[in-house]
Amino acid sequence: MSIENLKRIDFSKYAPLFALVVLVVLSAVASEHFLKFRNITNILRQVSYTGTIALGMTFVIAAGGIDLSVGSMVAVVGVLAIYLMNYLGGGALAVLAAVLAALLAGSLGGAFNGLIVTKGRITSFIATLATMSIFRSLTLYISEAGEVIAQNDLYPKIGGGYFMNIPYPVLVFLGLALLFHILLNNTAFGRHVCAVGANQQVAVYSAIKVRWVTFMTFVIAGFTVGVTAILLSSRLNSISPGDAGIFYELDAIAAVVIGGTPLSGGKGTMWGTVIGAIILGIINNMLNMLGVSPYLQGTVKGLVILIAVLAQYKNK
Amino acid sequence: MKRRANALLAIRHIHKEFSGVRVLNDINMDIQTGEVFGILGENGAGKSTLLKILCGIYTPTSGKIILKGNEVSIQTPMEAKKLGISMIPQEFNLIPTLSVFENIFLGSEIKRGVLLNKEEMRNKTRSLLEELKTDLSPDALIENLSVAEKQMVEIAKALVHESDILIMDEPTTVLTNLEVEILFELISRLKKKNVTMLFISHKLNEVKRLCDRILVLRDGDQICINEVKDVDEQDMVKKMVGRELSQVFPPKSSPGDEVVLGVENLSDATLLKDIHFHLKRGELLGFSGLIGAGRTELAECIMGLRPKTSGDIYVNGEKAQIRSSSDALAHKLGYLSEDRKGKGLLMNFGITENISLISLSKYNHWFINKKKEQQSSQKFIEQFNIKAASLTAELEYLSGGNQQKVYLSKWMDTDPAILILDEPTRGIDVNAKKEIYYFIHSLITQGVSCILISSELEEILGLCTRVLVMREGRITGEMEGRHINEEEIMFSAAGVL
Repeated sequence: MSIENLKRIDFSKYAPLFALVVLVVLSAVASEHFLKFRNITNILRQVSYTGTIALGMTFVIAAGGIDLSVGSMVAVVGVLAIYLMNYLGGGALAVLAAVLAALLAGSLGGAFNGLIVTKGRITSFIATLATMSIFRSLTLYISEAGEVIAQNDLYPKIGGGYFMNIPYPVLVFLGLALLFHILLNNTAFGRHVCAVGANQQVAVYSAIKVRWVTFMTFVIAGFTVGVTAILLSSRLNSISPGDAGIFYELDAIAAVVIGGTPLSGGKGTMWGTVIGAIILGIINNMLNMLGVSPYLQGTVKGLVILIAVLAQYKNK
Repeated sequence: MKRRANALLAIRHIHKEFSGVRVLNDINMDIQTGEVFGILGENGAGKSTLLKILCGIYTPTSGKIILKGNEVSIQTPMEAKKLGISMIPQEFNLIPTLSVFENIFLGSEIKRGVLLNKEEMRNKTRSLLEELKTDLSPDALIENLSVAEKQMVEIAKALVHESDILIMDEPTTVLTNLEVEILFELISRLKKKNVTMLFISHKLNEVKRLCDRILVLRDGDQICINEVKDVDEQDMVKKMVGRELSQVFPPKSSPGDEVVLGVENLSDATLLKDIHFHLKRGELLGFSGLIGAGRTELAECIMGLRPKTSGDIYVNGEKAQIRSSSDALAHKLGYLSEDRKGKGLLMNFGITENISLISLSKYNHWFINKKKEQQSSQKFIEQFNIKAASLTAELEYLSGGNQQKVYLSKWMDTDPAILILDEPTRGIDVNAKKEIYYFIHSLITQGVSCILISSELEEILGLCTRVLVMREGRITGEMEGRHINEEEIMFSAAGVL
């Protein structure tokens, strides 16, 4: 009886959740501090920066693309937002203006990527490899490679604040995840994203506006970059043009893939991405707590990505 | 009997089945050294299958191949080459990013030690191309060549092995007259060198001119082998076609008078020239022609999927600006592509998601009403008798016939007024075919106007009230009612008369 029933469950669908549960149990056994509320919210906060970007990245990847420029874009958007806020002086309005400007700048950066991919017909890998370099270099130029520090007392409250003991960034991350889950699964746009990723030719023949859909996935990714730029720079109350967002593209892509969205596109899962991001966060946290050399953490992360992808292949 | 004694290649009782469907049935022939042997038949008669068996792409289900008196088993194209059998394929097998000489020697590179001897390969290629009177450079990249030039490279590739038997599957389809002449001259020269050639062509005048004997296939059966001098082109057509239409077709119904679609002076950059036709309400208009005649290209032009360079399209008497498939959809046009897997359906999506893909806005008001969406596909599943494990079953697990029904449902859900069906029954079994024929008939009687593009003459004859024939991007024939006949379609399609 049980074997037949087990076979019917789609394991590939729940594999990320299963991996997360195993990881939590192992971590709880390995360290008594792991399950403390403070530690959990810390992990979630750590995860929320790249996790938010991973949510946007899920759309890009589901549509068959990739965005390598997100890390550099965090830096450029962060720098611009803080510059604007400092220019406007103190007060809540300046903060609000900075937040809106960051969301707009991120979306515009994404739109720039989207235009190169759709109008310029350059594959997204190359297009965003180029803009990754461009965004980083512009950040360094604008800021003259110096740390950009926010001069508004209210600003740090965004990244450092809590609601019912849960950090704002975590709430933003999970709220966006829910919103994007609905966008991906319950709207025509989400369906079209997957159709474009599954077979672009069929999408064209089915009267889907392929270029528009592709373009919008990059805009969404850019928007999430804007969100992360705010969350990160307000937490640190500054942004470092050379370091901010370094390797964020890798963590975001890893979260998407570990979560079960195939890199070849055609389908996507938002809660999978959330779990993927949390898995990466827990691994970092555990390696720190267990005193593993930080130099080795990249190795572990790489192995986890490989295992996740191999597991998906096996399930096919 | 005398022939049999010294036959170079003998085929005995060859049968071939693809997943239970018989495509070749008891084929027997003897081919002499230095003979040019033509193989004739309609699309799907089994010609290409037979040739692919000879050059190791397929293996026969049963039967023997006897080469120079010895029974041989040809498992791969490489083995065929070693036995002295080369093929010029119907579709190109060239690698676009490699040069001409690299393609010609692909898999049989000339080496000096472990390194490639590029100079020698270049030289050999050059002399081959000279023999073909082509001024192509051996270093030209395939991706920069025209279709005709690519065909010449394929021919050179087959010649480089100096085979005893050369198999040609419609080698002239994409060549211009001049190139065809060069190829024919070459065939004569090879014949003098005692090279044996098997030749498939739809162009009967070519067959008449080149071949010594012909084999006619029909639905996988061997109809006859004749000396070419004993038959004329009329006879050939009759032998290829000669069958009674079976009772799988619904009765024909006559169209209304109102013209719903008009196409005037339509041309595109590559193939279509001055296309001019109209479609009436409730009409089933057939488009016949050889592969590559431009029927699919025409349909894609009408649907805004392919740019046109001139010409106008009128829907219900009004000029329609159709630049994309969404424009076409807005005019209630629908198009079932011949390429079901490549252009029609998302094979890793479920049935519901495929059916509603074009018509999604019907179920979408901010959010997709998934319940309504599923009810609608359930309706189609019952209407078309689609057999599937569930609504979420991925399409790749459905049979060709069921996939085609899903594809048809997908367009029916958009409620089209004009539907273009491009090879709607390709690769599906007889029963599903019949169901689709009856469905098309019911559409027509409801006032939907249909264009049927089909390479199966039987289908065109059994269903259509009017037929247009295309050849080389032009409309070359039009027949209506009882004036529709198979032979004339074949003649217009092949450009014989």
